[in-house]
Amino acid sequence: MNKELIRLEHISKSFGTKTVLDDLSLTIHENEFMTLLGPSGCGKTTLLRIIGGFEMPDTGRVLFAGQDITNLPPNRRQLNTVFQNYALFTHMDVAQNIAFGLSIKKKSKSYIDDKVNYALKLVGLEGFEHRQVTRLSGGQQQRVAIARAIVNEPKVLLLDEPLAALDLKLRQDMQYELIQLKNELGITFLYVTHDQQEALTMSDTIVVMNQGYIQQMGSPEAIYNEPENAFVADFIGDSNLFPAKFIRDELISIDGAQFKCVDRGFGENAPVDIVIRPEDVEIVEAGHGTVDGNVTDLIFKGVHYEMCIDVAGREWVCHSTRPHIVGEHVGIEVDPFNIQVMKKPESEDEEAITANE
Amino acid sequence: MTNEKVRARGWKRFYIALIFIFMYAPIFLLIIQSFNKSKSRGHWGGFTLGWYVSLFHDADVMKAFGNTILLAVISSLVAVVIGTMAVIAMSRMKMKSRQLWLAVTNVPMLNADIVTGVSLMLLFITLRIELGFGTVLLAHITFNIPYVILNILPRYRELNPHIYEAALDLGATPAQAFFKTVLPEIAPGITSGGLMAFTMSLDDFIITHFTTGAGMATLPTKIYAEVKLGIKPEMYALSAIIFVTVLFLLMMVNRVQEGSENKRKAGEEA
Repeated sequence: MNKELIRLEHISKSFGTKTVLDDLSLTIHENEFMTLLGPSGCGKTTLLRIIGGFEMPDTGRVLFAGQDITNLPPNRRQLNTVFQNYALFTHMDVAQNIAFGLSIKKKSKSYIDDKVNYALKLVGLEGFEHRQVTRLSGGQQQRVAIARAIVNEPKVLLLDEPLAALDLKLRQDMQYELIQLKNELGITFLYVTHDQQEALTMSDTIVVMNQGYIQQMGSPEAIYNEPENAFVADFIGDSNLFPAKFIRDELISIDGAQFKCVDRGFGENAPVDIVIRPEDVEIVEAGHGTVDGNVTDLIFKGVHYEMCIDVAGREWVCHSTRPHIVGEHVGIEVDPFNIQVMKKPESEDEEAITANE
Repeated sequence: MTNEKVRARGWKRFYIALIFIFMYAPIFLLIIQSFNKSKSRGHWGGFTLGWYVSLFHDADVMKAFGNTILLAVISSLVAVVIGTMAVIAMSRMKMKSRQLWLAVTNVPMLNADIVTGVSLMLLFITLRIELGFGTVLLAHITFNIPYVILNILPRYRELNPHIYEAALDLGATPAQAFFKTVLPEIAPGITSGGLMAFTMSLDDFIITHFTTGAGMATLPTKIYAEVKLGIKPEMYALSAIIFVTVLFLLMMVNRVQEGSENKRKAGEEA
């Protein structure tokens, strides 16, 4: 792991009576692409604004390269932000926007020109120097906002849902460009989004947040394959999220049917939640699987078919490249490795969001 | 196009023409008379610029002209500064107190001029402030502020709230962030507000009349005083000049507003 760059210690923040962040601690390393992921109102943007210096935490400290910057105003922090709606200066042209930070720092004209050209090249906007920013498309404005931030050579770039306003295709292209940009610059990216696909695609580390708490933190693979609780499982991707009984180590039962798993240490005959990703549900001939069910729904999704299978009154969602028609009687099998066992939530904060959707 | 539609359009045009005639015929007449050589207003004695020439040789008129311009410049500048600060302060308030303050600042604009004028006069007398240039200036600043606020407020509301933060983020101090980003962004509103305030100050009669003292006249009060004594053709010339100036200024206000509107729309389409 790289050197530690930003450390948040016991950060709490409330607005009026609403607690947005509750005793949150987090460490960000050099050259890391970290994503704060969560539903709106989970505190991710507030956390970003505290790091940027736009909000003061009620309690706790923000350390930057070992120094306490909790009370440092934003203009004296070595980091830059790409704001959600770009916040470009509409009375300036593209080059003036990008040069803003450097001219505030009274850099020489030739230095500024060089840096602006370099930044424009980096974001693919060569020749746009003297365009009015209001005449640019959303994607182009986004690039200007990024260029304006990175010319200042920040140690960390904070990005607040930067792609939220773009259409799907452009969003996907920009995701790859952002990864490339980060590799080229070799700086830390702290990215805020509510889009789990975006988080999985780009991040080195994902921090899943809900209700002001960190629910889980880890690599995209770990978050996707081994969610620690029902909230994370449900928020990240489609999933079959069932209550189950942990009979003993490596054996669970779902609605009375016994499945082998690889998890241990959840007690004996203990209630647990389990998650099985739809692509991990294998359809076999009726009678040859662990349980049997009837196909109730079949939808073509492009890459795969999505099927709903009714097993003793519970609906299983399954993704497969081979379709089974509605009404067909099929068997279901799951590799023990693909069953993720999670302990039941102990507090409201950990509960799945399905309840209020 | 059917006959009915043509007829409907004809009526519409006739109606608009009628309104314009009622509104502008008196002023049109005034402007024509200002070029009439004959001292009798009853008949046309030929074209002349003489009244304009003698107007500019009248020391009293020129002094009133100087007062008017000075008042308009200072009062609109001061109103712009106060109004801009008020907009920023109000936009940070909660909904309820913002509406209350907006209503309060609008009072001088909605109030009948005569009430504003009389109450200001009473205030100055109670405070034992001698009536003169200073009191007129204070009065003009007072009624100019709401025009400035109403011009800047919509502009400020449209402003991306993160502009200021973005400037801070890029290393600007709070003062730099305000003067280099926020202020230029709302500049069109400030310009049109200032121009409108200038116009209001330029052609105000009633409030000036009540708050002015001996020896201090503006063009409108000068015209009033002259007309009371008997009609001098120079006053037609003066009125014509004021009318054309105000018309020109209001067209400028419109252009500034339209310009910024177009720019914004272009931005939204992109």
